[in-house]
Amino acid sequence: MSETLLTEGPVPTVDDERRVAPPVTDWIHDFDHTDPRWTENPFPIWDELRAHAPVVHTDRFLGCYLPTTYEAVKQIAYDTEHFSSRRIIVRTIRPEPPASSPPITSDPPQHKPAKQLLLPPFTPDAMKRLEPKVRAICNELIDEFIDEKGCDVAARFTKHIPVRAIAHMLGIPEKDGELFIKWIHEILEVGISSEEVLMRAVHEMAAYFGGHIARRKQQPTDDLISTLMNARDKDGQPLSDGHVQGTLRLLLIAGIDTTWSAIGSSLWHLAKTPADRERLVAEPELLPIAIEEFLRAYSPVTMAREVVKETSVSGCPIKGGNMVLLSFPAANRDPAMFPDADKVIIDRKENRHAAFGLGIHRCVGSNLARMEMTVAIEEWLKRIPEFRLDPAGEVTWSEGTVRGPRQLPMLFGKAG
Amino acid sequence: MSGTLKIRVDQEKCQGHARCKSLAPELFDMDEYGNAHEVGDGTVPKGLEDKAWLAQSNCPEIAIEVTEEKTP
Repeated sequence: MSETLLTEGPVPTVDDERRVAPPVTDWIHDFDHTDPRWTENPFPIWDELRAHAPVVHTDRFLGCYLPTTYEAVKQIAYDTEHFSSRRIIVRTIRPEPPASSPPITSDPPQHKPAKQLLLPPFTPDAMKRLEPKVRAICNELIDEFIDEKGCDVAARFTKHIPVRAIAHMLGIPEKDGELFIKWIHEILEVGISSEEVLMRAVHEMAAYFGGHIARRKQQPTDDLISTLMNARDKDGQPLSDGHVQGTLRLLLIAGIDTTWSAIGSSLWHLAKTPADRERLVAEPELLPIAIEEFLRAYSPVTMAREVVKETSVSGCPIKGGNMVLLSFPAANRDPAMFPDADKVIIDRKENRHAAFGLGIHRCVGSNLARMEMTVAIEEWLKRIPEFRLDPAGEVTWSEGTVRGPRQLPMLFGKAG
Repeated sequence: MSGTLKIRVDQEKCQGHARCKSLAPELFDMDEYGNAHEVGDGTVPKGLEDKAWLAQSNCPEIAIEVTEEKTP
């Protein structure tokens, strides 16, 4: 590894009382995906680690591997025998038993039936029916700030699109959005190192959904909560309350800050890349291809596995008791898989990116995410074709499992 | 050289990413779970060959096979 990673970048500060981990001085043997330098700009770190080995290890997080190449990530994603999904977030704690959210935390053979319940509401055709609703949401949001000279796009636009869309699908009030975002922050970010905060958020969500479930027992509705309540397993039995609750928790958590991040990163790229912005305004039919490239280059989601049986990956020994940080974002930057992997090429022809995972755990909401991204950027470019980052503001990124802009201050209109 | 192309989606490999359906809607259909299969017997109509190759080269699971049948 070169010296650069050891010396460059801001010195990490204790900006949060939960952050007690010492700053990284040796990324190869001691990486930390919650280090502020990783949060700010992970790409050179991944390049350095990949140049060293296809899999690296840290003693942090009670022991954790990081595959750095597309091949290694793929091998682990396909291997459910040695790598379990019972834990899908790398934390400094390992609560036992881990909170179950089928199907994302399920292994075979439980995985398939749990996933099949969820697939029909998320097919491309189902998403087409939801598209007018999402288009209306985007335009309502834009109406609120289009007459201003700029705004924080993460706070006023990108955040609200997935919140409202998933609330609509689940049949819960859109106005509870701030509550959802608080839980997500507690589970995915603060909960990396605080079991107390993690468990409190899980219990608050359970109480919240418990109320919605109880109301539907009196009066069934036509939404995803009722779909889950009415589902039957292969023996004709309803799902347990724990299964329904776990799946609802998954849909809410996985459906929001992931797509919030993906839309935000796309607009961030377009704000600082006039050539791509102008081309998409002139050739809107290119947008679906460009969306795939944004998904590759700025993949928001890093998953995890728990090693349940010793094995090896790309020649590197993998020992039990460790976690694996399954970095689809790093895989998508592997130059062995993607020529010019570090460049954003909005008309990239061949793009087998793994932003939504590989293998049986392919993101169940991928069609929803793509539709929300496409509609959001389409409507944005129609109404605000000229925009740029506000030099007086600061872009900040979320930490850990899901990466995307959480503050995205922009100015509208031509510069000068 | 210009034989007829035939496509086939390997049902064991397809995980429902739906990239093929988006890139070549004329050639692929989805089942109720959102997994893909080829339209009809998989014969690619003349003029859609590029779309068949495009779908094949964007499938993350490498689930699409394209074969060329030599015309006699």
